[in-house]
Amino acid sequence: MNWTVITQSLPQFVAGFGITLKLSVIGILGALLVGAIISLVQYFRIPGLRQLATVYIEISRNTPLLVQLFFIFYGLPGLGVKLSATVSGVFGLIFLGGSYMAEAFTGGYNAISKSQIESGRALGLTDLQLARYVVLPQGLTASVPALAANVIFLIKETSIFTVIAIPELTNTALDLIGLYYNSNEYLFELVVAYAIILIPLSLALTWLERRVRYASFGN
Amino acid sequence: MLASGIKVLFAGQNMQRLLGGFLVTLRVAIIVLILGGILGVLLGALRTLHNRPLRIILRIYLEIFRIVPTVVLLFVAYYILPQTFGLNLPGEEVAVLVFTLWTAAEMSDIVRGALESVPVHQKESGLAIGLTQAQLFRYVLIPQAIPVALPGTINLATRIIKTTSLLLMISVMDIVNVGQTLVEANGHKNPSAAFWIYGMMFILYYILCAPLSQWAKRVEKKRLERANG
Amino acid sequence: MAEELLRVEHLKKSYQSKEVLHDINFAIHKGEVVALLGSSGSGKSTLIRTLNGLEDYQGGTITFAGETVHPSKATWLALRQRIGMVFQSYDLFPNLSVLDNILLGPLKVQHRSRAEAEEDARKLLASVNLADYADRYPRQLSGGQKQRIAIVRALALHPEMMLFDEVTASLDPEMVRGVLDIMTDLAKRDMTMIVVTHEMNFAREVADRVLFLSDGEILEDRQTAEFFAHPATKRAQEFLASMEF
Repeated sequence: MNWTVITQSLPQFVAGFGITLKLSVIGILGALLVGAIISLVQYFRIPGLRQLATVYIEISRNTPLLVQLFFIFYGLPGLGVKLSATVSGVFGLIFLGGSYMAEAFTGGYNAISKSQIESGRALGLTDLQLARYVVLPQGLTASVPALAANVIFLIKETSIFTVIAIPELTNTALDLIGLYYNSNEYLFELVVAYAIILIPLSLALTWLERRVRYASFGN
Repeated sequence: MLASGIKVLFAGQNMQRLLGGFLVTLRVAIIVLILGGILGVLLGALRTLHNRPLRIILRIYLEIFRIVPTVVLLFVAYYILPQTFGLNLPGEEVAVLVFTLWTAAEMSDIVRGALESVPVHQKESGLAIGLTQAQLFRYVLIPQAIPVALPGTINLATRIIKTTSLLLMISVMDIVNVGQTLVEANGHKNPSAAFWIYGMMFILYYILCAPLSQWAKRVEKKRLERANG
Repeated sequence: MAEELLRVEHLKKSYQSKEVLHDINFAIHKGEVVALLGSSGSGKSTLIRTLNGLEDYQGGTITFAGETVHPSKATWLALRQRIGMVFQSYDLFPNLSVLDNILLGPLKVQHRSRAEAEEDARKLLASVNLADYADRYPRQLSGGQKQRIAIVRALALHPEMMLFDEVTASLDPEMVRGVLDIMTDLAKRDMTMIVVTHEMNFAREVADRVLFLSDGEILEDRQTAEFFAHPATKRAQEFLASMEF
């Protein structure tokens, strides 16, 4: 391991680190939004939209991000839709993540026991009130572990952005290897960079899961 | 303009080449599923034993494969194996090695979770009638753990299939790589070729993964219905 | 005799092709307490759930306070304010405080003023000796306390009739008394009640009438004392002999 190589390449990695973080945050927020909307469409069984949501989830979950990115970046121009690599990447991540988040939310709603729902009905709550005061608040809590797992998953998936040459972390490392061949050092930096993002985040999310769980269910 | 691109799909040997790439994808996925599955079951069973150092080591192994993106693991193996260990493997074998270790890590967690989901009183009842540890696994734990582990395992299979798309990155001629080659060869004359070729890829991956996802959902639903009476 | 509040005629209920309630007929008058007895699987829970619109039915009519119930979502939404129900699983909403659990119905369903509903809720809490628990969360309470609050939550809508579906069945033995006392108290204050229970002593003390169900049919509809002293059917005799009380 040559430390000069590492210190010299540090600025590039810091830049890649920033791009990975930025695109992850935008992608994850977008995926949460899409996922929340889709899960509500499914919960309320909104006719038409619901079938559309099912088709979307099916396609999104059963194809790799890499193919989704190629399709958006290289395929869509055939339809006259030209997007930059970065925008394609973010759209791809939202397209992929939206379905995972939707299933996490839905799983949370479904975790609410039948007896909770009947207790609400017995009080005369309408479907909308039942959702607003009983199912959604508890369902969101129940979906936190799955949402957290998706956050980690999506950050890792940004490494695939390298195939459309977005200069995030993985792309930075591969470019440097291509130029200077110091693969040991660059790969070491790459792994460390992901560890810096993901280890504290995964610890924080575990802590959050416990807290949220305790706050709502007391165990 | 869009319609002209579809011809590229069926021109010459193009479709055959794409399907050939698809077979490479399939081959890697199946080998990885079998090898990783077996290794994962063993590691998962070991993780339920009361051996602290062993549990810690296996946990660290799992966490490493969970934290580091698979793409990165792939490149680490791709560059480090020949340089540090003098091991010059073809790309496909490097990929099989990395994906297998990743699959084993994920599988070990599914298996551990399933084994531990069997209630303690089941184990105690088994031991109480004089079963050995091995008999306990064979007759009590494994039969009850399989339904719990099955949906996760099927989903892992779809994840393996999707992960094979990374083969492209280390220059294995998988379906994505073949597709990309076709796009590069035809893209100038026919800008919409990419739409159809990547669209075709979408369909092929979908055909492979969708039935598995459906199966996993069905199995899980049945299990929950049974569990809740 | 007081005015009739509920009448059930020729009620039939099936799951898929299996009929689980056959031709159920009975009437309940205001202030009456009726115990619904029977072994497990006899259909008593299904019957009481039907009376709150939680189960649909395939034939017959339910008449409540002189009006025939048209089994639609809207009808039941309105009726549930007048027919309270408490379940075996003391399902307070874990995301709401005790007070908010109780206020949910009065505020969101009946659109009463917060000040009035809250005063009412606190009075009801005090009546079950849980006045100090208004701001706690369900996780901080014992099963018995939760069930008492679930009863208060149903009473807060000021229903004309209360349905109790095995409300003490999941409680620790030492918690049962407190819940039964509240129900006894309600009965004394002339609440109309239908109670599914396995607590035979409670049924004998509190109920005016017993409906004995077996295999989805009402085999006996008798005054409580008569039923316990001289059960008419063999099924009822066997049932009473099998219960410890």
